[in-house]
Amino acid sequence: MTQVKETHQKSETAKQMTLIQAINDAMRLMLEEDDRTVILGEDIGKNGGVFRATEGLQEAFGEDRVIDTPLSEAGIIGTSIGLAVNGFRPVAEIQFLGFIYPAYEQIMTHVSRIRMRSMSRFTVPMVIRAPYGAGIRAPEIHSDSTESLFTHMPGLKVVCPSSPYDAKGLLIAAMEDPDPVLVLEPMKNYRSKREEVPVGKYTVEIGKGKLVREGTDVTLIAWGAMVSIAEKAAEQAEKKGISCEIIDLRTLYPIDSEIIAESVKKTTRAVIIHEAHHTGGLGNDIISIINDTAFLYLRAPIERITGFDVPVPFFSLEEHYLPTPARVVEGIEKVLHF
Amino acid sequence: MEQYYPVKRVIDDKGFFVDAEYEKQIDEQLVKKLYSHMYRIRTFDRKAINLQRQGRLGTYAPFEGQEAAQVGSALALNDNDWVFPTYRDHGATLTFGKSMATTFLYWNGRVEGCLTPADRQIFPPAVPIATQLPHAAGAAWAEKKKGTKNAAIAYFGDGATSEGDFHEGLNFASVFKVPVVFFNQNNGYAISVPIEKQMNSKTIAQKSVAYGMPGIRLDGNDCFAVYFETKKAFNHARSGNGPTLIEAVTWRKGAHTTADDPSKYRTEERAKDFVDPLLRLELFMKNYGYWDDAWMQSIQEKTTREVEEAVEEMEKFPPPNVEDVFDHVYAEMPAQLAKQKEAYLAHVGRK
Repeated sequence: MTQVKETHQKSETAKQMTLIQAINDAMRLMLEEDDRTVILGEDIGKNGGVFRATEGLQEAFGEDRVIDTPLSEAGIIGTSIGLAVNGFRPVAEIQFLGFIYPAYEQIMTHVSRIRMRSMSRFTVPMVIRAPYGAGIRAPEIHSDSTESLFTHMPGLKVVCPSSPYDAKGLLIAAMEDPDPVLVLEPMKNYRSKREEVPVGKYTVEIGKGKLVREGTDVTLIAWGAMVSIAEKAAEQAEKKGISCEIIDLRTLYPIDSEIIAESVKKTTRAVIIHEAHHTGGLGNDIISIINDTAFLYLRAPIERITGFDVPVPFFSLEEHYLPTPARVVEGIEKVLHF
Repeated sequence: MEQYYPVKRVIDDKGFFVDAEYEKQIDEQLVKKLYSHMYRIRTFDRKAINLQRQGRLGTYAPFEGQEAAQVGSALALNDNDWVFPTYRDHGATLTFGKSMATTFLYWNGRVEGCLTPADRQIFPPAVPIATQLPHAAGAAWAEKKKGTKNAAIAYFGDGATSEGDFHEGLNFASVFKVPVVFFNQNNGYAISVPIEKQMNSKTIAQKSVAYGMPGIRLDGNDCFAVYFETKKAFNHARSGNGPTLIEAVTWRKGAHTTADDPSKYRTEERAKDFVDPLLRLELFMKNYGYWDDAWMQSIQEKTTREVEEAVEEMEKFPPPNVEDVFDHVYAEMPAQLAKQKEAYLAHVGRK
């Protein structure tokens, strides 16, 4: 299986953290270490962010480095571009991915293209953090999972951690990356579990997936909040004597084709799980990767368990939109009994 | 509101002083500098249109009529300042130090046309409307954080004031009091839509009130008014007082681009209100004894030579490098992109 390059100072002790604490820890560390780091967004200062991702940071580092901005997504991203080309390392928070669309133009036409248009004279080493996804009973528009809009954007990298450890390591990697990185944070996972997270600095390499469970019959491919759905489905399938392997992609662009190919060659079957809409979802690209790399190993067509081609419904109906372990198990059985 | 934002002028249409405040600051060196730059960029502009007509350049966005606005403002900059232009501000970027050959290359579809001298910070021209205003605010913000005296200028047209990014750029700049000058060239039309249909306010300058920053309305065809007022705005910015919105009222003499036919949407009635900025400066020079035929001839010869050499350089420029399609998207090329590049290079027989 693909070796993941991870660096961390082994002497440091670890601490139990939730995903949101790990995010906070990553930013605190980088604010301490690198003077160029500035954090900006709506309600991130005094309030510490609506999810408390930036809790205590303004108090510790001051209003010049942890900046409450006007309510203005295009303004946040647009001025971050100027800060980034002029020597700073901005980390911009968009309060919810569903509110990023006013800034979409800035990201599509400038953030992702400045390196290309200036032949690398100007670059925008900036990070955009955006909580995303359904399942926390949020008001309408707050629950979007539109990562494909951004993986379809050359010049941008997109990462999506599912665990506290990965969240800290990927966010630090994003903050050190010479190119712009969108960090999608699954709100559902913010406080769903704690795990050991090193207190010191470490990175999780952007572009590498993770094998989270070994198995032999079918490969489940997921990211963000869907990793735990895959895990629950795998437990249920196990009771039926089916052995599932699970891959957490962690980075959505550039995608780790190797880890997908190796696993599918081994298990010969695949089920992709994403909460984003079905049509044009990243699942289609993963099918193409499998076609290109492991076609002759396949024993069944690849199954996709996804959200539907509908706006994410109001929360009284969101459980009907989101993939469930039961739907995933159905998909697993379908590919096994093809 | 117009009465609160009178159009500032230093000289009138006939080239006589109307504002004595600046009389002492105008000397032969400044006059000749302004004129030679304006003459230079007009020659470039006309040449570019000819080249486009001959099929030697792609679609081109002319700026004739806006020379005073672009030269006057660009000459007010310091070398370390930041420039965020649009696709119609190559007159300003040429004045600030971008080369003619590079500027021609941009209009010939070459990415190398975005390159600027290493000692100048000129952003590639913004093609979407108003998106560069927040960039200028951000770059200026960075200068403020670093504690320098450098500032930024964002160029934009009248149509840009209808976009959200105009508001967001000005709002951020004023909230954080950053050293930036928002330089509007109100040239009458956003492609085909006249200013009266673009907005219901009488002036663009008055929009500054909403952001708590100074708003200046000036005659954009009066190079002295542009030069001195922009200088003032930069001094204001460099002294830590934050941004200024300048509205330079001017006139786009020609089409929006060479792909557009203005006779479809405008009569030349309004054009009569605008006296050509070069002619006006020439009249001024003659009125006050700055005009010198021999000097003019030397400027003409020098410019003709520069333009010819730039065209030659543009046309002799090495053919585009296929690898450039792939090489400047990321600092380190992702594996799937590297594969696409390799396969394509094999396809075109480069490997």
